[in-house]
Amino acid sequence: MEAGTAAAPAYVRRESVLRRLWGWLREHAVNIFAGLVIAYLLIPIAVIVLFSFNNPAGKYNFTWEGFTTYHWKHVFSIPELNSALGTSLQLALYATLISTLIGTFMALALVRYQFFGRRTTNFLIVIPMATPEIVMGASLLSFFLILGTPSLGFSTLLIAHVMFCISFVVVVVRSRLIGFDRSLEEAAQDLGASPLQTFWRVTFPLIFPGVLAAALLAFALSIDDFVVSNFNSGTTVTFPLYIFGAAQRGIPVEVNAVATILFTVTLIAMGFTVLQQRRAEHMATVRPQQEGEAP
Amino acid sequence: MATTRRRLTPYFLLFPGAFWLIVFFVVPMGYMAELSLRSGSLEQGFQFTWQWSNYGDALSLYQDPFIRAFEYAGAATAIALLIGYPLAYAIAFRGGRWKNAMLFAVIAPFFTTYLIRTYAWQTILSDQSPVTRTLDAVGLAPGGHVLATAGAVIAGITYNFLPFMVLPIYASLERIDPRLIEAAKDLYASSRAAFWKVTLPLSAPGLVAGTLLTFIPACGDYVNAFFLGGANNKMIGNVIQGLYLTNRDYPAAAALSFVLMAVIMIIVFVYIRFAGSESLMGEEAVAR
Repeated sequence: MEAGTAAAPAYVRRESVLRRLWGWLREHAVNIFAGLVIAYLLIPIAVIVLFSFNNPAGKYNFTWEGFTTYHWKHVFSIPELNSALGTSLQLALYATLISTLIGTFMALALVRYQFFGRRTTNFLIVIPMATPEIVMGASLLSFFLILGTPSLGFSTLLIAHVMFCISFVVVVVRSRLIGFDRSLEEAAQDLGASPLQTFWRVTFPLIFPGVLAAALLAFALSIDDFVVSNFNSGTTVTFPLYIFGAAQRGIPVEVNAVATILFTVTLIAMGFTVLQQRRAEHMATVRPQQEGEAP
Repeated sequence: MATTRRRLTPYFLLFPGAFWLIVFFVVPMGYMAELSLRSGSLEQGFQFTWQWSNYGDALSLYQDPFIRAFEYAGAATAIALLIGYPLAYAIAFRGGRWKNAMLFAVIAPFFTTYLIRTYAWQTILSDQSPVTRTLDAVGLAPGGHVLATAGAVIAGITYNFLPFMVLPIYASLERIDPRLIEAAKDLYASSRAAFWKVTLPLSAPGLVAGTLLTFIPACGDYVNAFFLGGANNKMIGNVIQGLYLTNRDYPAAAALSFVLMAVIMIIVFVYIRFAGSESLMGEEAVAR
């Protein structure tokens, strides 16, 4: 240090540059590290998209051989893949409808009413979310095997998917209901609305963003599920099961293209819900302000 | 009449969901327990005979993949914590206008199918890939292979469950009142001391939740070992899946599933008692 102050100006300047750089690095170390972790999170997605344009030499799509849009032009040319996608979409649609309906009912009961067995119900909802998927899939398969009915296939997949979606629907809808202003419903009833009218005109529009978010989550969980489906599918093939089956003989490039399409669609759906949520929050915050300004 | 109906309303609302969860989640656990105590063969059928030896036999036969599953899951959870905490911290305190974009990047992997993500890692770590060649050049990939090693499986598990680590930690960091950290600095705590004494204890609930959300699914995972591991990297999930779906040795498979669940529950219980008291102490310190 003392030597530094006595030495030539150029040396001082260089030391201060180094020190400033070191200071800057220390200051931003967390951000730089965070950037690297984010890159780590996003690189596989980039690889999936990139390799949908690959022109692999053999049946394995592992090494980059050259750019082609061939597989994008023939995305839906593999019959097994198409039918697996169809099954997945159909399954996710039914599982979403059923789990969102009965999950919303459960959330309403838990938030709106005090009743005997409330804690047990909460426990019943949390436990499936804390159970490893493999245990859920294995126990359900044991159940179907011993009963012998229904035979493994679409119906057992639907039962399983609804089962693991319910808890998540309840949690999402409940979080929306907790912040709900009950005086709006009371106002509607004071103004002569019947309970049913109150529900459809007041309650439902206000909880709709929550229900929509829950439905999208259920849909995503269902269409992405592999483990529970692997155990309970019988000979029915969903999209993840198709990928698993194709892994040994080489996954076709078209799968990458389909994954890219699904990614984009999810992105758009997500953007749409975020907008919906913002609009709902906006509605909720604007009203009391107007009331406050009125007098 | 009206009060009775009002008292019964919650039960009507609960019924379909509770019914579904009891019949298709709780009851099947009992069926799996029963199946695990049967004896016999696939050809002659399995009869219920209180065959407790199924448990001992299965465990001694599949001891290695069983222990391996917990080792891999533990290693992946530790790595996810070490790289996830700084990321959550950066999003919560340094994000600024990038906060939402960073959060989005954390959940973006969920927009692709779980199997596709793991398959992407198979591509990234395949023998001729730039990553493998680089690792080979610095001596970290013996024989030029990364796939079919413990490291590849642990890396895959870490990647797939990292968002489950980051999001709860972020949520609890986000809730911290910044005035508490400022107060610590006003009282002459260095940045480092303020972090260890204030920020870290206050984020303990998220840390506990994140480690559990990573560890529990990781223990039962078999997708990563399937895509990224070799014959020597089989986890207990691979064994259970094979016994149920290929070998059809149902009693052994059911017994293993049960032991897996029991061991996970014991670890979680001990962990919550241990870590739970720690996080409570953190909150008490702040209350005082």
